[in-house]
Amino acid sequence: MSVAPVVAPPVAEAPVVTTGKEPRHFTLGSLPLHVALILLTLIWIVPTLGLLVSSFRPGFLVSRTGWWTAFAPPFQFTLQNYSDVLQSNNLFASFLNSLTIAIPASVIPIAIAAFAAYAFSWMRFPFRNALFLVMVGLLAVPLQVTLIPVLSMFTALHLNGTFIGIWLAHTGYGLPFAIYLLRNFFGALPNDLFESASIDGAGPVTMFFRLVLPLSVPALASLGIFQFLWTWNDLLVALVYLGGDPAVAPMTVTVANLVGSLGQSYELLTAAAFVSMALPLVVFLAMQRYFVRGMTAGAVKG
Amino acid sequence: MDAERLTYLVAAVVGVPVVLVLYILFTDWLIRRLPPGQQPKIRPWVWVGPALLLVGGFLIYPGIATAWISLLTSDGKSFVGLANFGQVLSDHSVLIAIRNNLLWLVFYTGLVLTFGLVLAVLADRVPYEGPVKSLIFMPMAVSFVAAGLIWSFMYQFQPALPGVHQTGTLNAVWVNLLHQQPIAWTIDQRVNNFALIFAAVWVWTGFAMVITSAALKGIPPELTEAARVDGATELQVFFRITVPLLAPTLTVIGTTLVIFALKAFDIIYVMTNGLYNTDVMARRMYAEMFTSQNYARSAAIAMLLLLAVIPVLAFNLRRFQFQESIR
Repeated sequence: MSVAPVVAPPVAEAPVVTTGKEPRHFTLGSLPLHVALILLTLIWIVPTLGLLVSSFRPGFLVSRTGWWTAFAPPFQFTLQNYSDVLQSNNLFASFLNSLTIAIPASVIPIAIAAFAAYAFSWMRFPFRNALFLVMVGLLAVPLQVTLIPVLSMFTALHLNGTFIGIWLAHTGYGLPFAIYLLRNFFGALPNDLFESASIDGAGPVTMFFRLVLPLSVPALASLGIFQFLWTWNDLLVALVYLGGDPAVAPMTVTVANLVGSLGQSYELLTAAAFVSMALPLVVFLAMQRYFVRGMTAGAVKG
Repeated sequence: MDAERLTYLVAAVVGVPVVLVLYILFTDWLIRRLPPGQQPKIRPWVWVGPALLLVGGFLIYPGIATAWISLLTSDGKSFVGLANFGQVLSDHSVLIAIRNNLLWLVFYTGLVLTFGLVLAVLADRVPYEGPVKSLIFMPMAVSFVAAGLIWSFMYQFQPALPGVHQTGTLNAVWVNLLHQQPIAWTIDQRVNNFALIFAAVWVWTGFAMVITSAALKGIPPELTEAARVDGATELQVFFRITVPLLAPTLTVIGTTLVIFALKAFDIIYVMTNGLYNTDVMARRMYAEMFTSQNYARSAAIAMLLLLAVIPVLAFNLRRFQFQESIR
């Protein structure tokens, strides 16, 4: 796996040239540095490691001994926990529900935001700056202030507990950040590009589809990852608008419920948690570069 | 995945963007029929229209409606002014939640910034920077539900009885290596709020580290080298040069963290559900909404949350206007 991308800051070119800094070698003096760094890194990975190991241990052992004893003989591992949670705890259905929620809830806001961001960066209209300031302000607004009226609205429209309802909600909540990030990117495209296209007779529609979108693939990719991870990992919005209906519950809701119902059966809970983490981790590892770039570009999202 | 679900998914993923493109193409066809002077006046509104409609419907209107609901009786029939706020603010459980949010605000923000800064600076000096940063950053991909579960498992407690092993990692270290009595980390009120906060710190430190690290690489090496040549120790370089130069970046990260600290919900919901004096405003609001079904009080708590983020909101707006002025 390539890990280099994380290192790359948003202005990617600069850091490779660490001018004036002589390459550092392992010396006795830097030993505390290595010890501190490795210790901190260990603290950061041990919780996930413990989770992963426990999910493969038989239940009678998980409840009696620590996960680290699994590394000493007799080595007792099992896949039983995974087949148990996937079959009997509604987890497979929830996995599909999470997909059904997160994919459209990522695509729809990006599509809507792209047009709006283009207008905000390259068209002139009254209240343009004021409206954009509203978007920036909304980045900090806790979505708690919207829950009650939106829930009443959904109840009136029979959108409670439906995927359409939650797609709409995630779209509304995701738009300010999506517009903010895309406008930063679109706005930074060189002016000459638009002038010469305009001289060639291209209208806004042509410029948007032929010029702006192809140039913005990295920005669209980071936004896509963000929105996917947010909607996949969201608990609150799903709890409020999908109610307690297990037929539509995403992974987060199901796993949170399992914590209540399975109590101390950590061999099952850890397996369930790992199933819920697997896809975002894969997406994250595969697209780390875009993720980091988008994050450093729009660090004000609330 | 059944056929109906699949149709549904495809319709949303493909259908919505297609409809949106058709909408733009069709309206543009109409707009081009207008006199040339009118075209640039109409077009922008067509392009921002769907976004404004959704933002209005899901954020602006509900925000105003919540403010209104917070001024009514719980049945929504009569106006009571600020009575709900008075009631909420004299409720012991809400005061506990406010205290806990303050703990989150100070310790969560402080610890994430500190760990992020220290890790960025340390990792900058070793050849294995990439792998270290990837590992620290990884929890960012995990849901708070999973993180809460991971840390509940870390904090597991077994009574100190002969023949009983500590299965939680923290208690195993605490009891076996440090020879202390085991602690029920999520229940014991001396430590439980900090235990929950640390779970969130674990998730977000990577965020602070990556952004701080990017800013750190932007500091010209001549600055720190010159100080070293002048005889400054590494600590002096860190506190007198690196930290002041990173201050603007740390402030920006801090604002994001403050908002998160005020809205904290998932971790508490999963790990303690607000019991043992670990409740926070966002969970209190949820409980008032669903458990007590008192929308007026719930709305009042939501407005208090909004009030609390207003300084951050104002800061963000000013920073944005400053950035625009130098673009």
